[in-house]
Amino acid sequence: MDTFHFSKPALTAIVSPTLVGCVSSGDLEVMIEPNTNNQLEVTIQTAATGNEIRWHQIFDRLETVKKLPAMKMDIHDFSATPGVVRLRIEQALEQALTNGEYQDDQHE
Amino acid sequence: MTNMNDQKIAPSFIELNARKRIFELLDNESMKELLSPFERLTSPWLEKQGIVPQFDDGVVVAKGEIDNKPVIIAAIDGSFQGGSMGEVGGAKIAGSLELAIEDNRRGIPTAAVLLLETGGVRLQEANLGLAAIAEIHSAIVELRRYQPVIALVTGPVGCFGGMSITAALCSYLLITREGRLGLNGPQVIEQEAGIREYDSRDRPFIWSITGGQQRHAIGMVDSFLDDDISFIKHSVIEHLALGIPQEFRSDAIDSSLSRLLSVDTTAQLDADITRKIMTQGVPL
Repeated sequence: MDTFHFSKPALTAIVSPTLVGCVSSGDLEVMIEPNTNNQLEVTIQTAATGNEIRWHQIFDRLETVKKLPAMKMDIHDFSATPGVVRLRIEQALEQALTNGEYQDDQHE
Repeated sequence: MTNMNDQKIAPSFIELNARKRIFELLDNESMKELLSPFERLTSPWLEKQGIVPQFDDGVVVAKGEIDNKPVIIAAIDGSFQGGSMGEVGGAKIAGSLELAIEDNRRGIPTAAVLLLETGGVRLQEANLGLAAIAEIHSAIVELRRYQPVIALVTGPVGCFGGMSITAALCSYLLITREGRLGLNGPQVIEQEAGIREYDSRDRPFIWSITGGQQRHAIGMVDSFLDDDISFIKHSVIEHLALGIPQEFRSDAIDSSLSRLLSVDTTAQLDADITRKIMTQGVPL
């Protein structure tokens, strides 16, 4: 199991507590909670070791569409593929940002 | 994707996750989750063994109402670690049953519903999981004197190990065709008895022995349910209304034991013979 954490400054947004997915084979759970200090804080625990670069790539790719707002995001990953990871993160963002601030342009 | 226009396909209960199952069984807007995943009460033991934890430790417990009657309801998430019972998840179930007992002592008639999707104790937490299951058992034995405690085994995991004893202790036990009930799971029996005796990958055979239909036919469960949300909710309401049963299943061991003792174990048993022995008491 690998655990890693990264944070960076981000714009504030109204974020509601959200949990999607489950820790079962090939899946992951994503929890989003509000963060008051203008930081995007991501903590990842993953069963697949040696993939830290790939996780950063997933987040870089997400932010090419829209910058992520300030929040706490916790991920428990049970060896999901990058495609499933991205779907779960987008699902969580859609639920957390109910005011529609986060609109993934690719879904339009 | 369910086609909502096709009336023949009833909305499935089995396909729902633990939290959604509770939401569907409770009356509208009455669900209040206790120790929600945002409390981050994860297993302290899994991480030390290099296993990714889950925020709710695979167990959802909630207070709410079914048919305007107060209930405690717990659902095990069979997809996380096979629905295994660890220290935290077990304590959540035991604690919620104890809340229901306290309610009853104060005159509030709180019943309990347990949605069991579990392989039994979580081996990584060994004794702590076993202790939690023991606490669940003593809480059920106390609570069932006041109000019905209903166990529901819908599948796909089924209910095995120490938690099968939990199911048997409940006032009423409901099962679907996909649900399974047994003390040892198929792979454990195969490992102990050999693949010729019990092939765990022979699904029709496994379900013919431990599946819901067979368990209902031999009188081990009270009701056999279709996988249909409204049908299952209706059945839970009916069993809550039945009140305390005249005799608890766990007290009626003499008749089952006498049948088991009459079995000739030199010949291979199958589903049909088992049905005859358990329903008609036919010795081989």
